[in-house]
Amino acid sequence: MRKFLLSKALGMLAVLAIVAVIVFVLTRAASGDPISVLLGDQATAEDIARVQKVYGLDKPLPVQFAYWLREVLHGNLGDSIFLQRPVTQALRERAEPTTLLALMAVAIAAAIGIPCGIVSAVFRGRWIDQLFTGVAMLGASIPSFWLGLVLIQIFAVSFGWFPVSGYGAPDAALAERVHALVLPAAVLGLLNSALIIRFTRASMLDVLGEDYVRTARSKGLAESTVVLKHALRNALVPIVTVVGLTVALMIGGAVVTETVFGLPGVGNLVVSAVLRRDYPVIQGALLVVAAIYVLINFSIDLLYAVVDPRVKVG
Amino acid sequence: MKMPPMLRQLLHRRIVLVAAVVLLIIAVLAIGAPWFASFDPNDTAVLQRLKGPSSEHLMGTDELGRDMYARIVHGARYSLAIAALTALGSVIAGTLLGLVAGFFRRLDAPLMRVVDAMMSFPDILLAIALVAILGPSLVNVVLALVLVYTPRVARVVRASTLVVRELLFVEAVRALGVRTSRILWRHILPNLMSPILVQVSFIFAYAILAEAGLSFLGVGVPPEIPTWGTMVAGGQQYAHQAFWVVLFPGLAIIFTALSLQMLGDGVRDLLDPKLKKAL
Amino acid sequence: MEADPSTNPRIEPRLAVQRLSTSFPTEGGLVHAVADVSFSIAPGKTTALVGESGSGKSVTSLTLMRLLAKTANARVSGVARFATREGRSVDLLKIDEQALRALRGNQLSMIFQEPMTSLNPVLTVGEQIAEGVRLHKGLGRSAALADAKRMLDLVEIPAADRRVHEYPHQLSGGMRQRVMIAIAMACDPTLLIADEPTTALDVTIQAQILALMRKLQAETGMSILFITHNLGVVAHHADDVVVMYAGRVVESAPVRPLFAAPAHPYTQGLLACLPGRARLAGRAGQPRPARLFAIRGQVASPLAPPPGCAFEPRCDLAIAACRDAMPELLATGAAREARCIRVAAALPEAA
Repeated sequence: MRKFLLSKALGMLAVLAIVAVIVFVLTRAASGDPISVLLGDQATAEDIARVQKVYGLDKPLPVQFAYWLREVLHGNLGDSIFLQRPVTQALRERAEPTTLLALMAVAIAAAIGIPCGIVSAVFRGRWIDQLFTGVAMLGASIPSFWLGLVLIQIFAVSFGWFPVSGYGAPDAALAERVHALVLPAAVLGLLNSALIIRFTRASMLDVLGEDYVRTARSKGLAESTVVLKHALRNALVPIVTVVGLTVALMIGGAVVTETVFGLPGVGNLVVSAVLRRDYPVIQGALLVVAAIYVLINFSIDLLYAVVDPRVKVG
Repeated sequence: MKMPPMLRQLLHRRIVLVAAVVLLIIAVLAIGAPWFASFDPNDTAVLQRLKGPSSEHLMGTDELGRDMYARIVHGARYSLAIAALTALGSVIAGTLLGLVAGFFRRLDAPLMRVVDAMMSFPDILLAIALVAILGPSLVNVVLALVLVYTPRVARVVRASTLVVRELLFVEAVRALGVRTSRILWRHILPNLMSPILVQVSFIFAYAILAEAGLSFLGVGVPPEIPTWGTMVAGGQQYAHQAFWVVLFPGLAIIFTALSLQMLGDGVRDLLDPKLKKAL
Repeated sequence: MEADPSTNPRIEPRLAVQRLSTSFPTEGGLVHAVADVSFSIAPGKTTALVGESGSGKSVTSLTLMRLLAKTANARVSGVARFATREGRSVDLLKIDEQALRALRGNQLSMIFQEPMTSLNPVLTVGEQIAEGVRLHKGLGRSAALADAKRMLDLVEIPAADRRVHEYPHQLSGGMRQRVMIAIAMACDPTLLIADEPTTALDVTIQAQILALMRKLQAETGMSILFITHNLGVVAHHADDVVVMYAGRVVESAPVRPLFAAPAHPYTQGLLACLPGRARLAGRAGQPRPARLFAIRGQVASPLAPPPGCAFEPRCDLAIAACRDAMPELLATGAAREARCIRVAAALPEAA
């Protein structure tokens, strides 16, 4: 078990290191000379040289990377050029809508996707399977902005059940904020349920073909018991992985939906940062988003060890 | 003309046949756009703005009075071209990467770590960042999307390579002294054609959606270039009064992406079950 | 056996299979995996179903239990009369799902070939045994668990108290197979179908498992349908033998007469393959051959069966008439049958 943990942890660190390098390279490539940008046109050559020295920008690239990494690991992601505050603070402010949205969306996606996937697998080849599979494919073909606009048109504009956009007033109660997230969560939930249906179906089909399912049937157990107690429990592991990773991807990946619905989330922040060339924000957001994904991935792997009695040995 | 057996098998499935026909129609419309649309897509006619679908304008007009149908048909050229180039580029790059990783054991772990790292970023976010660096142009959007999707292809090709390696007893062949490049080119790669084709189809679909998303956000191709995404971006604010401005480009995207996925699915169904698992 | 001019009074067989056929539609055509198979098993006896891979023996057992994959779209015909504990006679192939499920794991059990994959990896061993007990005997959780412990003792797994809470991966192959037997025996079945239960195990473990099964049979009086390709096992553990080839029964006989004087050329060939055999059965006086014997040729593809007798292309006794039609099962002695028109020539002088 310890060996398992150690190897997984090392792997995670390796990936994080590469992520850091990628983000560093990307932002350096984008911003060119960030100091001139920071100081503006009035800076003299002396000013620039002085600040460069402070930030270590006169040193070779790997050294810059080391400085930068040290800052990052101390929690310093720099300051946003436009928002006039530390990037970490900007991200923290944006965290809530994005996280809430991700959780709500995944809840919807799983609630639709898992049962449909199970039914699809159990009734493989029949019309209901074809229907669900077709719907899943359709779901994977719909652009989120389009679905968002459609839902807004129907439910917000025509019916007036939900706000057209926005996240509620800054002091609004949680209930009101959740209410504002219903439509965007529905968009993301519906679209991601496609993936979960396909995955659940595939995983269940795999398991339903296993020998121990046949053994369970040979004991005279009812089919529902065989499917739900014997098959599903084994099929659940990869399904939970996908669900977990979907959450991770939605943090920062719900860019389009956040924009359509005017939500002050992380994705939206990145888009405006890109349009305004606010490099510290872009850099910080990319780093945090990717790091969260890697960490969630790692946690899921750990969870395997707890859930699946066999993994402890491996 | 004799049809390769796989093609015949493929077309036997009704769904694949329908998908293929739809794609063919879209492609023909796109390529022959000027002949299929009676209006010039760039003709603005302020008096005709935001008119609903009619016998004259099959899909209505947009916020500048331009004929929607003409714009969609012309826009297809750009959207499809970008997506096609993306699919091609990422599949070529991803295949090279995946082959190397799957074949040379010592390179496998480091290469896959890089792939893992790249896939830790949400696709859209990475694409936005890349376009921001490279600058907004059609070519750069393609480049950015290629970089985004290459890791995905690499993973699949690597997994398939590992399977094919075992199937072909590559160790044994190598022991006989056959040159590595020959093994890769003439033995392994041909067996990867089917999974690669599947990937081409799916990446094509993803790219259409991704480009649309980027353009919608305003961080993709410059708004002058009429892709389906820029069309929705432009018409967004008029959605409540003239929903067709948003509806039709969206439907075009859906039909194309759906057909591509059905095609990819159809090819995947024909795969050797062992390779299917790798996908 | 089927045609029964035997000395025994008519005892109702535990299982009487008549003209069982199972076919699968495939891309290349209809595959007749099992065709016209008939045999019966007396209470307390062991009948061995013998044949090489592809002979249809496993499909036969799965058909009887109706455990074939639904996606296979199997077409089944024939009758399989099972004598229940309550004294009724049911056709396993025709009763509805619910009635069948009441029998499965209860009066009619099965153990499979692969102990490594036949147990659910996320449930404890005790849970998997107790499940059937709770279902069929209506026991509560703790009573069922106690029963499970008892079963583990019965199948000679040491430290049953501890084992009952362990997971399959913590047990060796031999022990897992014992667990399978425990599951199968938990509700006191009257018929146990064992599909190559020892094929995947080490030879020493094989012997132990077989001895265990023998012991359990003696204690409970259950019948066993033993499916195997291993004639050595058959010789020591079966009372009656049914030999299958290409989906059909080609010979059936009580065990000793079969080994002493096999009637069908295929059976003769099988016996001759045994390294222990010094000469071809039935051909006394031949010198010990220098090489191991192997039946020449291969089993024909099920999609392209030979016209006439399925074994004809590989048979040393074949004549032109063998190609004309599939031979019928002919009686060749007391409770013996063989599907061969050359039986008269093949029968040894001492019947």
